[in-house]
Amino acid sequence: MKVSGKDVENVAGLSRLRITEDKMDKYLIEFNDFLEYVDMLQKVDTENVEPTAHVLPLQNVFREDEIKPSLDRDMALSNAPEKENGYFKVPRIIE
Amino acid sequence: MEYEAVIGLEIHSELKTKTKIFCGCETSFGAEQNTHVCPVCLGLPGVLPVVNKRVVEFAIKAGIALNCTINKFSKFDRKNYYYPDLPKNFQTSQFDLPIAEHGYVDINVDGRTKRIRVTRIHMEEDAGKLVHSGNTIKDSASSNVDYNRTGVPLIEIVSEPDMRTPEEARVYMEKVKSILEYIDVSNCKMEEGNLRADVNVSLRPEGTEKLGTKAEMKNINSFKMAENALEYEIDRQREILEDGGHIVQETRTWDDNKGMTLSMRTKEQAQDYRYMPEPDLVPIITTDEQIEVLKQSLPMLPDARKTKLMEEHGLSAYDAGIITNSRAMAEYFDDIICDGADVKLAANWLMGDLSKQLHAENKDIQNSPVSAKYLGKMIKLVEKGVISSKIAKEVFGEMWKTGAEPEAIVKEKGLVQITDTAAIEKIVDTVIADNPKPVADYKGGNVKSIGFLVGQVMKASKGKANPGTVNTLLKTKLV
Ligand SMILES: [Zn+2]
Repeated sequence: MKVSGKDVENVAGLSRLRITEDKMDKYLIEFNDFLEYVDMLQKVDTENVEPTAHVLPLQNVFREDEIKPSLDRDMALSNAPEKENGYFKVPRIIE
Repeated sequence: MEYEAVIGLEIHSELKTKTKIFCGCETSFGAEQNTHVCPVCLGLPGVLPVVNKRVVEFAIKAGIALNCTINKFSKFDRKNYYYPDLPKNFQTSQFDLPIAEHGYVDINVDGRTKRIRVTRIHMEEDAGKLVHSGNTIKDSASSNVDYNRTGVPLIEIVSEPDMRTPEEARVYMEKVKSILEYIDVSNCKMEEGNLRADVNVSLRPEGTEKLGTKAEMKNINSFKMAENALEYEIDRQREILEDGGHIVQETRTWDDNKGMTLSMRTKEQAQDYRYMPEPDLVPIITTDEQIEVLKQSLPMLPDARKTKLMEEHGLSAYDAGIITNSRAMAEYFDDIICDGADVKLAANWLMGDLSKQLHAENKDIQNSPVSAKYLGKMIKLVEKGVISSKIAKEVFGEMWKTGAEPEAIVKEKGLVQITDTAAIEKIVDTVIADNPKPVADYKGGNVKSIGFLVGQVMKASKGKANPGTVNTLLKTKLV
């Protein structure tokens, strides 16, 4: 096994997901399957292959530095679960 | 044991574009909360960011000015973390192929030049601003978020850990600011958060190579604060080491009011950013020709300008350094001397009376009530002997108040220097007659007492007598 239960918990924590005990085995198997698949890919000889930074054959897509209208504030806030004085309201954050 | 500090800086500088890095929202400071936002910078599903061309140009310019190699193949990556000031839950930044790498900045401390290496410069977006509703973060039940700043373009300039003292770190930060101002890619207004630094520091026994465990202090937004925070942190770490303790790798915050650093989070809780290539943005390819065009567009940089003032005008390294620290000041100086005003006098007036006045009234040199041209004219009046340097101060004060031409002030106020020997002679005679003791002292060999007599003559002439003439006359008469 390449990953332990601790790794799964760590990844879940970083992604703000809560994992129940009964799902742990399932995730462990899936994570290991992924990584074994990646191991397989790692064996491919890429000696003369350029690294791929992007899947599309495109480069240098730019826009000019010109101001476009922003959203109306009410519209911007319309999907917010909570708002206050034109702000998005979120639970208090303490590190 | 003697310890040596090892300091590295990550400087974040907002670029002065009109619009954000990936959308057309305005970047201007101070707008009402959440009025400069759109689906792209709010990270709504299904939107596509498009890179602002000027951001790339500015970043390349900064790279050239900081002596970096420009990466001809550069790309964006996602830096993943959860914090409410980041609506997408990732920051679009650059990871392994930043726009510029391997540069350096030369700094001057105690008359010596030291080279600080620049590891890399990358482009990224700024985050939003959290506003806490209670008095302190701890008694707020909730936080409010303003996303106007989200997506404002930044460059992050990462240095090698080449600095050894808080002073070097401050000077490095000042120098980077000065260069960014010269090339006009950032407003560098510290009070608006245009320029802020994350500061890393560790200690190691002097003479050893291995780096110690470091602490990082985030979001330092003034030079003084950087120096103070480093001084405190170096002392704190030294005490721990001297007591036989170990430094914990952690992020600390500088509390400017308390004058101390406080722990924010230790490495155990450290972020794992899980960088991945940004699939919504395509690579940026830059050619040698494009780099050359941008290079040619750069103005003369502070170091070159300083050397020029020293070599062509004979200014001291100290004076030239102060004048060229800001581009506006250097340009003002050039404007004073362009019509032939004396260089040394120009430097003295600029660094002396003018800077003092500007500082006292909290004005930028760009908004100086006294124009460089008029100051140059006034200096020429001093050189020609039309006014004495003492009267020049009065003329300067009047120019500051009214913005009038120096010649007009001199004429109107009757400030023309008395060079007429006969007129001065009269005053000299009176002063000699009225001051028998200093006269006797001088005659008795106390040459210093002539200074007092010169002063009396100047006073009697209301500063208008030519001090040189007064001196000569007194000396002839007191033989
Ligand atoms: Zn936007």
